[in-house]
Amino acid sequence: MPEVQPPASDVQLIPVNASRRRFVFVGLAGAAVLAGARWLMPSAPTGGSAPAGLTTEAADIVRALAPALLDGALPDDAAERDDAITRTVAAVGAAIEGLPPATREELATLFALLAAMPVRIFVAGVGGAWRDATVADANGFLVRLQKSRWSVKRSAYDALHQLTFAAWYADPRAWPAIGYPGPPALL
Amino acid sequence: MTATAETRIPDPVRDGLARGWSVVDATTLREDVTLETDVAIVGTGAGGGIAAEMLADAGLRVLLIEEGPLRSSRDFRMRESDAYRDLYQESAARKTADKAINILQGRCVGGGTTVNWTSSFRTPVTTLAHWQATYGLRGFDEPDLAPWFARVEERLGIAPWTVAPNANNASLARGAGKLGIGWGTIRRNVRDCWNLGYCGLGCPTNAKQSMLVTTIPHALDRGATLVPRARALRLVLRGDVVDSLECAAMDASGTAPSKRRIRVRARLFVAAAGAIGSPALLLRSNVPDPYAQIGIRTFLHPTVVSAALMPERVDGFAGAPQTVYSDHYLDSMPIDGPVGFKLEAPPVHPVLAAITLPSHGSTHAAWMKRLPHMQVLIALLRDGFHPDSAGGRVRLARDGTPLLDYTLTPYLFEGARRAMVAMAELQFAAGATSVMPVHDEGDGYASLGAARAAISEFDLRPRATTVVSAHVMGGCAIGPDPRRAVVDETGRHHHLGNLYVVDGSLFPTSIGANPQLSIYAIAAKLATGIAGRLRT
Repeated sequence: MPEVQPPASDVQLIPVNASRRRFVFVGLAGAAVLAGARWLMPSAPTGGSAPAGLTTEAADIVRALAPALLDGALPDDAAERDDAITRTVAAVGAAIEGLPPATREELATLFALLAAMPVRIFVAGVGGAWRDATVADANGFLVRLQKSRWSVKRSAYDALHQLTFAAWYADPRAWPAIGYPGPPALL
Repeated sequence: MTATAETRIPDPVRDGLARGWSVVDATTLREDVTLETDVAIVGTGAGGGIAAEMLADAGLRVLLIEEGPLRSSRDFRMRESDAYRDLYQESAARKTADKAINILQGRCVGGGTTVNWTSSFRTPVTTLAHWQATYGLRGFDEPDLAPWFARVEERLGIAPWTVAPNANNASLARGAGKLGIGWGTIRRNVRDCWNLGYCGLGCPTNAKQSMLVTTIPHALDRGATLVPRARALRLVLRGDVVDSLECAAMDASGTAPSKRRIRVRARLFVAAAGAIGSPALLLRSNVPDPYAQIGIRTFLHPTVVSAALMPERVDGFAGAPQTVYSDHYLDSMPIDGPVGFKLEAPPVHPVLAAITLPSHGSTHAAWMKRLPHMQVLIALLRDGFHPDSAGGRVRLARDGTPLLDYTLTPYLFEGARRAMVAMAELQFAAGATSVMPVHDEGDGYASLGAARAAISEFDLRPRATTVVSAHVMGGCAIGPDPRRAVVDETGRHHHLGNLYVVDGSLFPTSIGANPQLSIYAIAAKLATGIAGRLRT
């Protein structure tokens, strides 16, 4: 597996699929790293355990970050909590399937970056496997993304924020806790 | 929705289909087809809908191409879980190229009018005067447009809203009253509105007089053809005219074009795909553009948000979403001075609130748990009137889809900072116990002094400051001078004889108010001219 090169300049050409002579032209060093990660880890087909719209690796990441994003919103009971997270991961996958191809590709690139071990240490500051990340690990990772002045990391935070919160609060099971009665019945 | 509701609320779309409307869902096509018509209209929103009705009434054969699906009141379940995915561009997550601005834009039959919040303002006189003085636009001053406004207002039931505002909007009125600044009630395009508050998710009772239930059914009853779930790929040129329009049926997911092609031959073509879609169609078509005007000066009314907690319940998810506004911060400064802003209140539904509130974890959860007490204001910046506010630029991604570059300039951020202070001031005046200007560094502040001090220290920059938009305008400017405009004052392309633009992309600047009524009136004026031309 080739090493990921740290960005050398603000503009790079990164071959994505050299056999088809296809190149990604990116104007940001950060995006170049993402593209490199994608090349490093071509998007695996959806695994048996992953919901539609997510690779196994991506599902692991969403599952690892959801407890930090939704801290304070998830149920306390361990079994209910696990079930709620599983539903959220599935809903994130479904939402991704409804996005345009270019956006899906960007997200696949983002998840490939996060899944690629060497890159994870380099960018995210979380050691070990995503499956083993604690809520504190996940929160620390998210805060680093959020506070980053690096455009692409900040965008990654926004994407994870938007996908996870939309998945969670679209679900009627999240409504009682926030006092939302749901839409009125048209009787 | 229950069977009772289904039988009780008439569904004009389903009824029309039963009557035999000519509607061809492109995803059902089994082979490539060629369609012939007098007028092909790309897009079914405010511009395309009005044009379709008027041209059909003129006895012309009309064909409408729409990338989104045909949905109707029976599908509108008031659920954010399906409405954003089904009815909005990019599942309501469309963004500027740098991802700094989230853009709410419709993508369904009826376009933005199916999902907008019904706010109906005539184009401000100051805006029209600026167009005349700065761009030499003739025929669009207040007396010229007044009859067109009157006509579309009558057609779409646009009238003062006499029901009491919901608490979210009442707070805006109360705060403005306490501060002694001007405010008013918003006219709405509704008939027999149930005051439910779910306009943004598709009106379940057909009270909203969107294109979906007014002009498009009318045109279809007059023999027009509607082709939903087809993307207009490019105009095919022959000399100085458009010969045909090449479209792709969308694939089953509705997110990408399939290989199935639809060719449309017509005497005249109307781009009405909105202020991102229309410039993109013209760019993909390589239409003549000697002065590089296509796609530039695209405006958004960049919008900043302030959330407050009230002691009483607000229930901002219930009741007509926008009924009160204040133009104090537009009217109190020159249009070409420091950027002015319009104050309004948005609907406060769980997903919209959750994705807009900053941060995550317990901070975020604590605000969400007080959703029923949350009062939200938005400030819409009037972009496009100052040299430091030249708007954005639509360009094409490698796959031909549009990207919008939009720079949030220091000029705009200065206005954003003033707007955050103004909103906090108004919310405290209305009785808020805590105000959170929506920004990364924003927290809940218990006093105006604390909020003001914090806002003055905010590092306002793209992505750290939450900026949203629900109004996309410009990019195919109308005007007499081909060096500064894409179409002439009849809406006709400056270099192609049978191509017109009839939508919000015509505007030389932003409107400075919710744009739907401006689009309706100008579309009615231009469509009347087109009909006259084709009849002779």
